[in-house]
Amino acid sequence: MNFSNYQVEGFFDEYFDENNNPRNGSSIVIKRIESLSDGELVKRQKAAEAALFNMGVTFTVYKKEAGTERIFPFDIIPRILEQHEWEHIENGLKQRIGALNKFIDDIYHGQKIIKDKIIPKEIILSSRSFREQCLNINPPKGIWCHITGTDIVRDKDGEFYVLEDNLRCPSGVSYALENRMVLKRVLPKIFSDIKIRPVDDYHYRLLDTLQHLAPDNISNPNVVVLTPGIYNSAYYEHSFLAQQMGVELVQGSDLVVTDGYVFMQTTKGLEKVDVIYRRIDDDFLDPKVFNPDSLLGVSGLFDVYRNGRVALANAPGTGIADDKTIYAYVPKIIKYYLGEEPILSNVPTYVCWDEKEKQHVIDNIEKLVIKPAGESGGYGIVVGPHASKKEIKQIKKLIASDPRNYIAQPTLSLSRVPVIVKDHFEGRHVDLRPFILYGSEIYVMPGGLTRVALKKGSLIVNSSQGGGSKDTWILGK
Amino acid sequence: MLSRVANSLYWMCRYIERAENIARFIDVNLNLLLDLPYDENEQWGPLVVTTGDNKLFENSYGEPDKDKVINFLTFDNNYHNSIISTLEKARENARSVREIISSEMWEQINKYYFFVKDASNLLEDHDNLYDFYYRIKLESHLFTGTMDTTMSHGEGWHFGRMGRLLERADKTSRILDVKYYILLPSVDLIGSPIDYIQWAALLKSASALEMYRKRFRRILPDKVADFLIMDSEFPRAIRYCLIHSQRSLRTITGTSFGTYKNAAERYLGKLSSELDYSQTDEIITVGLHEFLGRFQHDLNVVGNSIHETFFEVGK
Repeated sequence: MNFSNYQVEGFFDEYFDENNNPRNGSSIVIKRIESLSDGELVKRQKAAEAALFNMGVTFTVYKKEAGTERIFPFDIIPRILEQHEWEHIENGLKQRIGALNKFIDDIYHGQKIIKDKIIPKEIILSSRSFREQCLNINPPKGIWCHITGTDIVRDKDGEFYVLEDNLRCPSGVSYALENRMVLKRVLPKIFSDIKIRPVDDYHYRLLDTLQHLAPDNISNPNVVVLTPGIYNSAYYEHSFLAQQMGVELVQGSDLVVTDGYVFMQTTKGLEKVDVIYRRIDDDFLDPKVFNPDSLLGVSGLFDVYRNGRVALANAPGTGIADDKTIYAYVPKIIKYYLGEEPILSNVPTYVCWDEKEKQHVIDNIEKLVIKPAGESGGYGIVVGPHASKKEIKQIKKLIASDPRNYIAQPTLSLSRVPVIVKDHFEGRHVDLRPFILYGSEIYVMPGGLTRVALKKGSLIVNSSQGGGSKDTWILGK
Repeated sequence: MLSRVANSLYWMCRYIERAENIARFIDVNLNLLLDLPYDENEQWGPLVVTTGDNKLFENSYGEPDKDKVINFLTFDNNYHNSIISTLEKARENARSVREIISSEMWEQINKYYFFVKDASNLLEDHDNLYDFYYRIKLESHLFTGTMDTTMSHGEGWHFGRMGRLLERADKTSRILDVKYYILLPSVDLIGSPIDYIQWAALLKSASALEMYRKRFRRILPDKVADFLIMDSEFPRAIRYCLIHSQRSLRTITGTSFGTYKNAAERYLGKLSSELDYSQTDEIITVGLHEFLGRFQHDLNVVGNSIHETFFEVGK
């Protein structure tokens, strides 16, 4: 299989430049792939799929009476980023997360940023992810967003843009790590030919990040991962991370609060828990403080947290920083707290809360992507150029009734990477979700999850809509 | 160890063992029928009776015959103790503790489950059935071997082994009981070649024929019972299962043999000692079928006491 008929078709392609010549970073990989005999690449693609299936990296598709299991589609052609490209992203993310953490801390303490009129008070207080229960809480070491997954896209100019900050319970890192494991199995030789930055130590760093939160006088803190259970779509990841870190995976029903501490119920009685990496939303954490109907959480947990006797990662309340209306203010947030220009740009964003910008959105709605500000995971998004008349009418109504909850962005032309389509390669659009840990320092895992829209021409990379993933290679020195 | 996790490991292993033993039940019948001189469909009813779920069977299938019984015990999603259902539950338990077990164990359960799930079309070709049930036993062994060689033999492993051995003790008792239900065409045939052939088939289903021969050489009904109940070295014999499940239990708790600190230790210790000091002729005098029935009841008591002691702490 070779790339001789491969066309970039006017898009920014991560493998080839506009004249269809290989880019620096990809040329060795292209050579290696082309050197494989006919059918060999497809064979390895199949082997990779089988490996993922046997590892149980699947999600369930409920259609007929028996749920059929599918793997999260995976394409073995890696997405490659050169060193200088990565450094730019890495520096940008460190800066961004540092500033967002200061922002969250300020919002739940003095709210200086509001007093200095950088962000209107109304926007903060009206955010669905603002948690007044978190006011004046001091999370350990002043860190709120311990684990972040930021979505980055590359436009046709080749420039990187932050599309979304995910500071609540971002998922996907397990797929990134499994993709690497599988690729090492099926394309071992390439790994010895070029230098690819390793991601295998992510779980050590995650454990360090979590243990960092325990009170200093505890020598071997007890860390657990809190999952909603096996029916959660990200359950695979919860158990994967617990396994990789060698810590207990618990459900709400395994935990109890007594005598002011959190314990887990074991075969030998109760055992104290120091740090909880919780993979359930704020609302479900503690029925006494948040949603009273929650069965997933632990009654009394928040009080223990408030008293500093258990740490929660991420801290409750961090969602305020990934509200999409507030996203539009992140460049200002960076300038305000750090006195620096943002290294990574935002996608230009129109905030419907602002009367003038709202009018612009309504007038140009066919050209824009409309997003609800309080949602995550791609829910409620309307892509103007692809929307029906009915959808346009509906979204206009929604914006009019609740302008605070809507933003709009121009439709981007995402960059492309080759994927295997039967017996040849075709370009498909991708995004990138790097993962950032905030512990004793800010660390960006060199790589991340590259999601790819496997349907021809599609810009939607979500797995529920025909998206798949690729391994992401950061080239080293 | 989390109570929930211990519970899942215990049941994961029980279900894997259960699936294997259902295959053994069917296998013993397939073997026996090869040598029986009359209509084989008559012999599939008793197999359902040994499961204790004959009402359930009648409701959805009516009169038993080979295809119906095999489908019921192997592929029926609505029957909670069919091979496919038990594997589904084993897998669900494994999924909830997959960070505790090794990746290899999880991969094996997955492969095993999908192998059976994809095999439902096998029924059309009966020649394949022997291979199919053979493969089921093999897949279970592969799981157990993988567990023994890739998972630390700590508390979790002991909960798993305890579950597996208690399940096996129960199922060996039921395999032995199959002979009670398999009717000989006439009383004259007791002690006849057919009778011996049946006992041999039964041993074979417990993978015990060769080991039995090494110990007793000739096949005699009371010796077969003695071997499958009393042997302390054969790993499918009931007494072996009790001795070693008790070892696991006491490794978990740290309580020494001969004493007890909770219900689980008391009931398992009691049942195990009873066997230690029994003789086969006593059992035969009571009646093998009656003995096995009581044993199964006592074993249920042990199972319940394990739940109370470990899995329902603080509830």
